[in-house]
Amino acid sequence: MFLTVIGALNEGFLQTLKLFAVTLIGAIPLGLVVSFGSMSSFLPLRWLTKTVVWIIRGTPLMLQLIIIFYIPGYVLPGGSPWPSGEGGRFLASAVAFIINYACYFSEIYRGGIQGVPVGQQEAGQVLGMTKSQIFFHVTLLQMVKRIVPPMSNEIITLVKDTSIARIISMQEIIWAGYAFLKGSHGYSGLLWPLFFTGVYYLVFNGALTLLFGWVEKKLAYFR
Amino acid sequence: MAILDVQNIEKHFGATRVLEDISFSLEQGQALAIIGSSGSGKTTLLRCLNFLETPNQGRILVNGETLFDAADPATQREAEVRKKRLHFGLVFQSFNLFPQYTALENVTLAPRLLAQERPDFKQNKKTILEQIQAEGQELLQKMGLSDRAGHFPCQLSGGQQQRVAIARALALKPDILCFDEPTSALDPELTGEVLKVIRALAEQKTTMIIVTHEMAFARDVADQVIFMDGGVIVEQGPARQVIECPREERTRQFLSRYSEN
Repeated sequence: MFLTVIGALNEGFLQTLKLFAVTLIGAIPLGLVVSFGSMSSFLPLRWLTKTVVWIIRGTPLMLQLIIIFYIPGYVLPGGSPWPSGEGGRFLASAVAFIINYACYFSEIYRGGIQGVPVGQQEAGQVLGMTKSQIFFHVTLLQMVKRIVPPMSNEIITLVKDTSIARIISMQEIIWAGYAFLKGSHGYSGLLWPLFFTGVYYLVFNGALTLLFGWVEKKLAYFR
Repeated sequence: MAILDVQNIEKHFGATRVLEDISFSLEQGQALAIIGSSGSGKTTLLRCLNFLETPNQGRILVNGETLFDAADPATQREAEVRKKRLHFGLVFQSFNLFPQYTALENVTLAPRLLAQERPDFKQNKKTILEQIQAEGQELLQKMGLSDRAGHFPCQLSGGQQQRVAIARALALKPDILCFDEPTSALDPELTGEVLKVIRALAEQKTTMIIVTHEMAFARDVADQVIFMDGGVIVEQGPARQVIECPREERTRQFLSRYSEN
């Protein structure tokens, strides 16, 4: 029994990790684009970006998942754009998570960029650097250093938030654990597999915490 | 011909007039000190020269070439402004070194980025970068910092940081080097080492504009002195004359506060 449960939980956790990784890969760069939008001197773009961020941060991720997964099927003439089965559910989840987390990241980036003293940018300007040279050679690393603590918060939350994808039946680890309660693999009424999923989260987040501590130390050589 | 010619510069922030009808010129190899109380517009003037602020009126000419003309938007295009800035160097009151780079990297970063725009960069990449590196080392040595080249700004004293900042500005070989109260963030002990470096630059006939509160230094090092008050130039002339026997009552008042202590 134990091995059956562990096998099923492992499979679920693999899906959890996949969603986690894909969300980071998408949201980390997308968040930067959104943060530039929210700092743009072109007002319509700034207000559009701020409105999107307001809506995404102001509504539950669970609701966004449901909307992204189900609504296109009703309104698009060709029916749902998502492939059928787990692949489609994963894709829809990934899209919802990337958009949601990009909005949160964008605000952290904005804080990080605006927290770099304006004198840094001016020093770059008087040295004849272009705007993009200033961003990549002067601002970026100082911003990264500033955002490590808030980003580690968000990223650890993301690990646990992946369980929300269960609302559209994406088969992540909570889904896998819950299955033993409802009946699966010939067992039903088993409660401990659901609780045992907590160990997976805890161990993985422990590893992430160590990683962020290491990154912070690596960046401690400058102030 | 004057290397720098500033004509009728005006700058206001909203309704506040920060600079009014500022005109002066500077000869090659001369040092100009700008003195005056806080809020008199000295820093804004330097920032206008370095294109960190856009004047509302007036013209700025370097070597007879019009770099800026408030009446001519063609002189204010972003891409060209970037190149024009290179006529000027600016040393900030708060140093503004890049904290993530070593002293040497701070000095060589901008020259390395600029070198990438040279047509022969790809061909001679190695020689060009080696030369920039060597020049950076030499500048730090001039500043008395050759043993600090590999240190990060947070490992340096304020005086050392400011000397790195001076080397960084010199690395681009500006026509005119500007100092914005270079010693105001330093304690008296560290002030001396920075002033010594600036004095040496003056002896080598570096064209400079120095905004400072160090009156004795301005008198000894500068050729010309401008006294500003309330956004206007109250008095300008040879350094010794302005500081030792000012003609204007307002200048006398200002200077008397320095001789009291």
